[in-house]
Amino acid sequence: MIGIAAAWLWLSLGRIAGVSGIAAQALMKTRANAWPVLFVIGLGAGGWIGNAFRDAATIPHLGTLDVLMLITAGLLVGFGTRLGSGCTSGHGVCGSARLSKRSISATAMFIVVGMLTATLMHAS
Amino acid sequence: MSRSLAALIAGTIFGTGLSISGMTNPDVVLAFLTLDSTWDASLLLVMTSAVAVTAVGYLASAHRDAPLFDREFHLPARAGIDRRLLLGAVVFGAGWGLSGYCPGPAIVGALTLDPRALAFLPGFIAALLAFEGLPKPTAPQLDDA
Repeated sequence: MIGIAAAWLWLSLGRIAGVSGIAAQALMKTRANAWPVLFVIGLGAGGWIGNAFRDAATIPHLGTLDVLMLITAGLLVGFGTRLGSGCTSGHGVCGSARLSKRSISATAMFIVVGMLTATLMHAS
Repeated sequence: MSRSLAALIAGTIFGTGLSISGMTNPDVVLAFLTLDSTWDASLLLVMTSAVAVTAVGYLASAHRDAPLFDREFHLPARAGIDRRLLLGAVVFGAGWGLSGYCPGPAIVGALTLDPRALAFLPGFIAALLAFEGLPKPTAPQLDDA
């Protein structure tokens, strides 16, 4: 479904389905374009649809992640995806799909660093 | 109008896919990123399937001059592998490995009131806004991936 959505966004609007870029555009009021805002609204709607299919017992909770760590991670993800011009969807899915060397390099880099960080912080 | 509807449809399918595949649960993402005895390949499977289907969409557009609802296809403006790209990927990877959140699942999670995503979102939005406020040495970045 993620692939279908990315392919559809490209064939209908000619846009890359990169969530970090779309989120940044949705936040900028200078863009006369409404499409990034609608994409974000769709993400929320999709989340609720997906939840309806899931077991009600899996109600999300904070778990082992603490709030300060999540805020820090949010800052890193926000800054890193803008500096690197993309995230898992833009580079990882769309960029890889059109065989962009740039996107494949970025994807390899964030997966390796993600694995290093997660293994150091969360390995049991 | 058709442009807005097309974007809404794309976002909805994307969000449903992230949610159903379990990618909106940071525990599943961390189970892939954390290399220990509970390693889980879900993310890899979801990502490779998404890449394969997206590639079909790009191939289908090869003989078209324009998308359905716009005058042209918008490819990212930046090219080449530079320090900025790799440094950005390192910073992003660190935040991703710390929390199990990347932008898509974080937005879906926050909009469905998942407390973990709601804790992640303020930092994410603050960083996006701060980044927009920074002076940019190199020109347009509106078509970034």
